Amino acid sequence: MKIIVAIKQVPERDARIRIDSAGKWIALEDIEFRMNESDAYALEEALLLREAHGGEVVVLSAGPERVGQTIREALAKGADRGIHIVSDALSGYDALGVASLMAAAIRDEAADLILTGLQSDDLGLGQTGVILAELLGICHASLILKIEKSDSGIRVLRELEDGWFQHIDMSTPALLTIQSGNTKLRYATLMGIKKAKTKDLRVVEAAALGVSATPCVLLDSVALPSRQKTTQMLTGTPAEAAAKLVEKLQQEVRVL
Amino acid sequence: MSTVLVFLEAKSGVPTRISLEAFAAAAQLAASSGAQLAAAMVGSASGPGFALLGGASQIFALEHLLLEHYTADGYTAAYAQLIARVQPDYVLFPHTYEVRDFAPRLATRLGRVLISDVTGFQASAGQILFMRQLFQGKLNGHYHAASPAPCLISVQAGAFRADAPAATSVPAATFAPELEASAIRTQPGEPFRAAAQTVDLASAPLLVSVGRGIKDEANIPLVQELATALGAELAASRPICDAGWLPMERQVGSSGQTVAPKLYLAVGISGAIQHLVGMKGSQCVVAINKDENAPIFEIADYGIVGDLFEVVPALTAAVRKAKG
Repeated sequence: MKIIVAIKQVPERDARIRIDSAGKWIALEDIEFRMNESDAYALEEALLLREAHGGEVVVLSAGPERVGQTIREALAKGADRGIHIVSDALSGYDALGVASLMAAAIRDEAADLILTGLQSDDLGLGQTGVILAELLGICHASLILKIEKSDSGIRVLRELEDGWFQHIDMSTPALLTIQSGNTKLRYATLMGIKKAKTKDLRVVEAAALGVSATPCVLLDSVALPSRQKTTQMLTGTPAEAAAKLVEKLQQEVRVL
Repeated sequence: MSTVLVFLEAKSGVPTRISLEAFAAAAQLAASSGAQLAAAMVGSASGPGFALLGGASQIFALEHLLLEHYTADGYTAAYAQLIARVQPDYVLFPHTYEVRDFAPRLATRLGRVLISDVTGFQASAGQILFMRQLFQGKLNGHYHAASPAPCLISVQAGAFRADAPAATSVPAATFAPELEASAIRTQPGEPFRAAAQTVDLASAPLLVSVGRGIKDEANIPLVQELATALGAELAASRPICDAGWLPMERQVGSSGQTVAPKLYLAVGISGAIQHLVGMKGSQCVVAINKDENAPIFEIADYGIVGDLFEVVPALTAAVRKAKG
């Protein structure tokens, strides 16, 4: 089975969010980057499938040069090779634009499965995978927790709302977006890190893929959210803050 | 006259709450842009749900055997055909797990991009700006459509107030899309629930809820002690249950339980939107978090910025002392 895993490099979860001078995005200086969480689970599922059934795992990512580091991390965890769509101006593309770049870069790979995370931790659009499926003319399922091979293709476990689940049978090729949390993520071994340096990493210039960057949807500006409620902040040492809170719980909230 | 078209989902023939919120958002958008409102829902035109869409000047009942069970291929094809017929300027959806599944595909087929999970909109300099959250709620983004109509939007749960459904005298028109069974490439199974629930968080008046900030399973007793001191049930955000540190039945949020207790004390929970939708109806929210910019503070009544490993034991001691 040939599996492509689309991963995104995002600011780490605890990164301090400051708005840049143009008010269009966050300031990226001093930000640490890492692999998007649900993409890491997609990679794990791909590696498990390869271990069970053989085949090849190819990681795909788009972004500036620093993204190469996240691709190497995936190679160190066990992916066989990588494809890096290099662009310093990816924010000029909307989700359709980015998915179009990806479709152009992998169309000839003829993968059996394409996996990606449910959504990114930064933009949180949750769309790129599904758009990619439509562009490649293949079927998809989203919010997937488990993948099993079946006689006619694959059987996947999909998470619904309020603690409900559903199995879906589908043919391949298919694209699945993976929900976080169903398996334990592996760490890269020292040997894996060493091997990753010699694995094949194909670099494709975004501009060479013949995709229009004219977006359908534009992000005009970003802003820090305003508080919906007036939050009373209780300050002081931990003991002082705790005492103030207990007083509020007694007098105002009346639950003590 | 331009049209705002809203798609609703029904359970047992009746529009769901989030669908009625999307309907309210569509009505607002239509009023502010001088457009007429059209609504569509899968089902039989004689169904009771279609009589509850007061304010819509056109109502469509999408009816086809192949739409009985949700599939992305079936819904995408059916909705694309209705959009071609109605020619709307805006198409609105409730941001549900089904919509997230097929609406990006539908938008792509139309050569558009869905603006997903929208929390509000405002008219500005002749265009409409749509707000949505970024970085799990730590940032708001303002978007606008740069392509010709239609513009597709999904609306977040709880972002718009759904009025009680009003009766309508506009009869629903059956819209029977042309669908081929062979074009539907997935076979969905019957939905099922995992394990039976033994903890009913929804009926607990006091909840202490723990998140990622607790760092390790070995630290869970710290919040358990606080919950015991308060006489509260222990709840958790998704990562804690995914890690197996607490059972899934204690999970609050869009994939877990929805709660509205008298007190919701969030410990080390940053407040991603998937968590907030499950608890924002709480009467009093207290948040303890080391990050003063954590989105949980946006909806908290009381906040303590600090290290939970210091604040929680101090609070447990103070509660015990207060209770005597």
